[in-house]
Amino acid sequence: MAASTSDLRTIVGDGLWHRNAVFGQMLSLCPTMAVTNTATNGLGMGLATLVVLTGSNLLVAGLRRTIPTDIRIPAFVLVIATLVTVVELVMNAWLHELFKVLGLFIPLIVVNCLILGRAESFASRHTVPAALVDALAMGFGFTAALVVIGAVRELLGSGTLFADAARLLGPGFAFLEVEVIPDFAGVLVMVLPPGGFLALGFLLAGKRLLDRRAARRRVPAPMVTPAAGAAE
Amino acid sequence: MVKLLQAAWGLGAFACSAAVVLVSVDWLTADAIRQRAREDLEASLTQVLPSQLYDNDLLADTVTVPGDDGGPTVTVYRARASGRITGVGFQVSGTGYGGPIRLVLGIDPGGRLLGVRVIAHSETPGLGDGIDAAKGDWIAGFTGRALGDPPLEGWAVRKDGGTFDQLSGATITPRAVIAAVRDGLRFFAAHRSAMLAPAADAGTAAALEAGKEA
Repeated sequence: MAASTSDLRTIVGDGLWHRNAVFGQMLSLCPTMAVTNTATNGLGMGLATLVVLTGSNLLVAGLRRTIPTDIRIPAFVLVIATLVTVVELVMNAWLHELFKVLGLFIPLIVVNCLILGRAESFASRHTVPAALVDALAMGFGFTAALVVIGAVRELLGSGTLFADAARLLGPGFAFLEVEVIPDFAGVLVMVLPPGGFLALGFLLAGKRLLDRRAARRRVPAPMVTPAAGAAE
Repeated sequence: MVKLLQAAWGLGAFACSAAVVLVSVDWLTADAIRQRAREDLEASLTQVLPSQLYDNDLLADTVTVPGDDGGPTVTVYRARASGRITGVGFQVSGTGYGGPIRLVLGIDPGGRLLGVRVIAHSETPGLGDGIDAAKGDWIAGFTGRALGDPPLEGWAVRKDGGTFDQLSGATITPRAVIAAVRDGLRFFAAHRSAMLAPAADAGTAAALEAGKEA
């Protein structure tokens, strides 16, 4: 099953937009709500998940003929739990600053259904390269969703963007930290859990709106001329 | 039946390989993780024990004191300037709104606080996290305080008739921190001689004290 270019494009489009983990499939909402009080936290959690997802998809796709069908789910869970523990230990040892910020969230990745979901519905049925592309697309899609929700909540909740980015990514990234609205105490509720649901709700509505507009434009596609487009 | 056995063998083999991977990674990272924990501890101690106060290796000069009410033993780190003890640092914990709050206290030999820092907490962002030195200077209000200063009933937030500022919007968090600091000072007062005993006979002093209490 060689993945053609159009297949790959579908995988990438699904991961980033159409079947985006958060905004498309509504998966992994627990970690999403927990970490997105700042854009920086969202970015960190997204990248950590991306690493685990990539490792898990590669292993599952590589072992898909070795793992007996009957025990595939426990085997996937074992693979994911092992990977997460390895990532946690390695980060604690050699990426300690990052670990201090994200440490609490790493074990949460074990129960992130996105990872098991991709193992079962994609990686176990596709080749290693296709699984890699899927993991990267899903992982970056998830990261983007977390950063967007985090940015909205942080902006409204504290008036800043990417606060503490230098602590997470190193001093080179201090330029990311912006105090958008100086001396703004912020709407506290946006930083608290209810703000997560509010931000997610409005962003979901926004995505639906964009999708519907895109669909409306696509239906009469063959006949669309610049003039017809302008009539909208 | 055969299929079931095959599945069991397969899963067993998987579990074994996972265990091998985990053990090797743990073995590879153990030293580095221990080193990082040491650095973290040192960093938190230097925040509560001003660096001009000592010239020794804080992590090398410790005594252990049995915790109150059968609690875990407390490791006390001692700051010395030319051999004389100028302060001690140890950890205490309280229960806040979001779970345990771990603090490190620095106390001078006379029982006055050199500093207090929160090293781990899970309080509400924007409310309770004002106890964190990175988020506000509330915690600096403890520096220079001692058991009798303010008197015991003053160890509370203003709202409860005490001397300490409250954090706007958070009640449980500052209460927990104030109580934990006060209990830490009491702990120091109760074990002062063991904590300040010269390194060589620290063990003896602790034993003496234990005998005295018994």
